[in-house]
Amino acid sequence: MSEAPTLNMADFEPQALALEDIDVSQRSIWIEDKKMAFFDRLRDEAPVHYCKDSEYGPYWSVTRFKDIMEIDNNWQDFSSEPAITIIEPEEDFPLPMFIAMDPPVHDEQRKTVQGSVAPANLKLMEETIRKRTQKVLDDLPVGEQFDWVDRVSIELTTQMLATLFDFPFEDRRKLTRWSDVATGDEESGLVESEEARQAELYECLEYFTRLWHERAERGESNDLVSMLAHGDATKDMTPQEYLGNLILLIVGGNDTTRNSMTGGVWALNQNPGEYAKLRNNPSVIPNVVSESIRWQTPLAHMRRVANKDYEINGQTIKAGDKVVMWYLSGNRDERSIENPNEFIIDRDRARQHLSFGFGVHRCMGNRLAEMQLRVLWEEVQKRFHMVEVIGEPKLVPSNFVHGYTEMQVVLHSH
Amino acid sequence: MPKITFIEHNGTQHTVDAEVGKSVMQAAMDNLVPGIDADCGGECSCATCHVMVNTEWLAKTGGANEAENSMLDLNPERADNSRLSCQMMVSDDLDGLIVDLPEFQF
Repeated sequence: MSEAPTLNMADFEPQALALEDIDVSQRSIWIEDKKMAFFDRLRDEAPVHYCKDSEYGPYWSVTRFKDIMEIDNNWQDFSSEPAITIIEPEEDFPLPMFIAMDPPVHDEQRKTVQGSVAPANLKLMEETIRKRTQKVLDDLPVGEQFDWVDRVSIELTTQMLATLFDFPFEDRRKLTRWSDVATGDEESGLVESEEARQAELYECLEYFTRLWHERAERGESNDLVSMLAHGDATKDMTPQEYLGNLILLIVGGNDTTRNSMTGGVWALNQNPGEYAKLRNNPSVIPNVVSESIRWQTPLAHMRRVANKDYEINGQTIKAGDKVVMWYLSGNRDERSIENPNEFIIDRDRARQHLSFGFGVHRCMGNRLAEMQLRVLWEEVQKRFHMVEVIGEPKLVPSNFVHGYTEMQVVLHSH
Repeated sequence: MPKITFIEHNGTQHTVDAEVGKSVMQAAMDNLVPGIDADCGGECSCATCHVMVNTEWLAKTGGANEAENSMLDLNPERADNSRLSCQMMVSDDLDGLIVDLPEFQF
């Protein structure tokens, strides 16, 4: 890691800085929600941009939709190892997980678990998801302020995750906590130190190791722990690799859908005309789901490392260089998406967004996420005239998880 | 124009006129055939335009290419005759082509 950067990005308008001094990874612009203007400038003037110094060392930013797709698709030239976020893994605490592996090992491990969230299985789960969603919504107070993030977004995604793992239901908030801790650090305010963070993740491992032994002794069932314990490609994993893959599945199923559930409500509040369209025409809900996922882009980036020198958009990325694909920026690229800064619930081709990534690492739980969001909106629209946001939501202080820690709302009945 | 027949999982058939030089996926999209999502817009990057080629037509369409295979492999429901329809180009040779649509896109 290099010295602390000298320029605080949030103090500047993007145009006031030399291109070479721009560092879009810097936390200040994420905390103060100023990152979009920086991405606008990079897309226009330096779509493949080199930042020579940052908290995470030197890295390239790729900010246009098509360039991101080109790199995401090319696993041969851009490796996902050893990690898929801009931050380097802790040397004494490596967390191998299949998203951060290249084919063929990636493919083998992914195949072991992907059946759990494959569409055929989802059809069987829809009724359970709907009943739970109804229960969560029916328990909410009407006309009284409460936190939508905690009572709806976290609750629904955590219940889903507990089901997929067949995790003891009463302990399910542990999953939320481990998910937050896994992607947080000292500066996020979630944990006191890296040691404390690792200690909590070891608790996660310990808990899940108990479940592993239980499931390994029983015959194979279709929960994720059992699939890992019995799968040929995963049954001999080291504890650290088990923990890595658990965190992948927990974060993948938790931080993402949670923030699209919150982001959709926030976007509709900022666009009352779109909210009215939804009220008048519930059949547009599947499109609302895709547009919310694009709008929110719950994971702001993925990172790769170039395996060889690679020319793209007039720049040469050198072998060994770190490359960050900013999905959040690509989803606002007017070269590929018409009126990208507008939230349009009946947008044409709303499914063509970057939030799930492309290529062999494309989101495994995409169909589950879409179903959870669709059911939520169907049930919300049946019950409430409006979920009114009070004040502004609080943002997660991260350049990776693009989401909310809190959003106060008041429900209005029909 | 060559004709292509898409058969939905429930048996519903859609026979459409397909433009030579465009992809089979595009022919489905242009004619509003349900059951194909094409989330990546035809870049062999998402595997949501999955079809199963009627086996009598396989010799003419050929099998999946390498990039296609790496995407199809991620789908637990892939079959021997699975193709991504964005990777099959319409030509006069394919006039009459029949493809089955899966119950779900992955």
